[in-house]
Amino acid sequence: MAASMSNVDEIRDRVILGEFGVKNVHSTDFPGNYPGYNDTWDFKTFKKKFRIDVVHMDENSLEFDMVGIDAAIANAFRRILLAEVPTMAVEKVFIYNNTSIIQDEVLAHRLGLIPIKADPRLFEYRNNGDEEGTEIDTIQLQLKIKCTRNPRASKDSSDPKELYLNHMVYSRDMTWVPIGNQADVFADAKIGPVHEDILLAQLRPGQELDIVMHCVKGIGKDHAKFSPVATASYRLLPEITLLQMVEGEKAERLKRCFSPGVIEVENIDGEQVAKVVNSRLDTCSREVLRHDDLKSLVKLGRVRDHFIFSVETTGILPPDVLVSEAVNVLIAKCQKFLSELDLTEME
Amino acid sequence: MFANHHKTKEEETSHASMAGTDTEKKPVVEMVQADGSDEGCVTFVLHEEDHTLGNSLRYMVMKNPDVEFCGYSITHPSESKINFRIQTRGGVPATEPLRKGLNDLTDVCKHVLHTFEAQVKEFKEKQGETME
Repeated sequence: MAASMSNVDEIRDRVILGEFGVKNVHSTDFPGNYPGYNDTWDFKTFKKKFRIDVVHMDENSLEFDMVGIDAAIANAFRRILLAEVPTMAVEKVFIYNNTSIIQDEVLAHRLGLIPIKADPRLFEYRNNGDEEGTEIDTIQLQLKIKCTRNPRASKDSSDPKELYLNHMVYSRDMTWVPIGNQADVFADAKIGPVHEDILLAQLRPGQELDIVMHCVKGIGKDHAKFSPVATASYRLLPEITLLQMVEGEKAERLKRCFSPGVIEVENIDGEQVAKVVNSRLDTCSREVLRHDDLKSLVKLGRVRDHFIFSVETTGILPPDVLVSEAVNVLIAKCQKFLSELDLTEME
Repeated sequence: MFANHHKTKEEETSHASMAGTDTEKKPVVEMVQADGSDEGCVTFVLHEEDHTLGNSLRYMVMKNPDVEFCGYSITHPSESKINFRIQTRGGVPATEPLRKGLNDLTDVCKHVLHTFEAQVKEFKEKQGETME
């Protein structure tokens, strides 16, 4: 059983999950609110309390903990990951020939949503009003495919895979056409769609697609196709406190109220006693508050400054690079306003 | 007081008048102050910004003991600009807490970045060891 926190500490550090609502949601630790607490911003105290723990990382997803920071800043990182880290995506689709059953605009929309594996940091934004595009801001891709009847198919087969050639258009059929000096600069980088098995259209003999695409750099705020993450989210670390010793059959029921692995029932002196083992695994369904005899035994809450981030990429950039880029975007925003302020001061 | 802001001292930080060539330059920050009030109560209009910078900057400015009031609002969801208001106590000009807040936020971000990159490197090394 954890020692109970003083009321003030609880209001400051915990979000309480009650039966009918959530309490203490806002952070209130501003100077002057609590007598006896010094809440003025102090970088050294922040550095002492702040830590990051990487829990899981592979090439497409990343889970890490950020402890000691406020929700306003953690949310800023999340918002930037979703909407302000730039990527390259298909913007202009020149359709020279489309006799397939998919309408031009629908096909163009689908092409725009395909993630393009090109490092956006090596490209620049296209200038306003520039229709042509230069080698530093545009990637050109081509999709040229024609469906024909398979001469070698057996006479009475009905399987389209056997009867037709090129009847399914996948993203692997999109080829990169280097402009200018891109062939030298990106000689070893394979520029093209991240996944090659995205189905774009289905054709039948006689139908063909002849399309040229221009990819530009953009951000998710402009269009969701530019978002570099499948999703980026965070949750607060749950905290479950047992207010009394829970024994016997109640311990078993308590264990079932939470996600598996959160509560374990141990055998102490012949009695089954419940113990909180790993509250991180809990999904905070508050199921225990639905049982009248169990709800007074537990206190559910969340630690207000412990964020469990989960970032999943679309494959364009590795997830740790994405988080670094997101933090850099916020730094750039601050610098932009600082330099504007300096300019006004000088006038 | 809040309804009619007499824009006596509206400084546009666009360089349109100075540069001459680029007359389409949009303002990035504007300052709006009421008539007769001191320099400590100012509303900054930050263009092309939303909750991302607004809320995090508000948090950093509120941590400043000189600040009596700090808040931001999005004037209309279709326009991407925020009204960021700072009221100071003790005659401190409002640009000071704003500048300090921006600097503190930059420091926080830089520290987060360094810590994150160090931890990722450590995690990758640990992963490399367990794989061998």
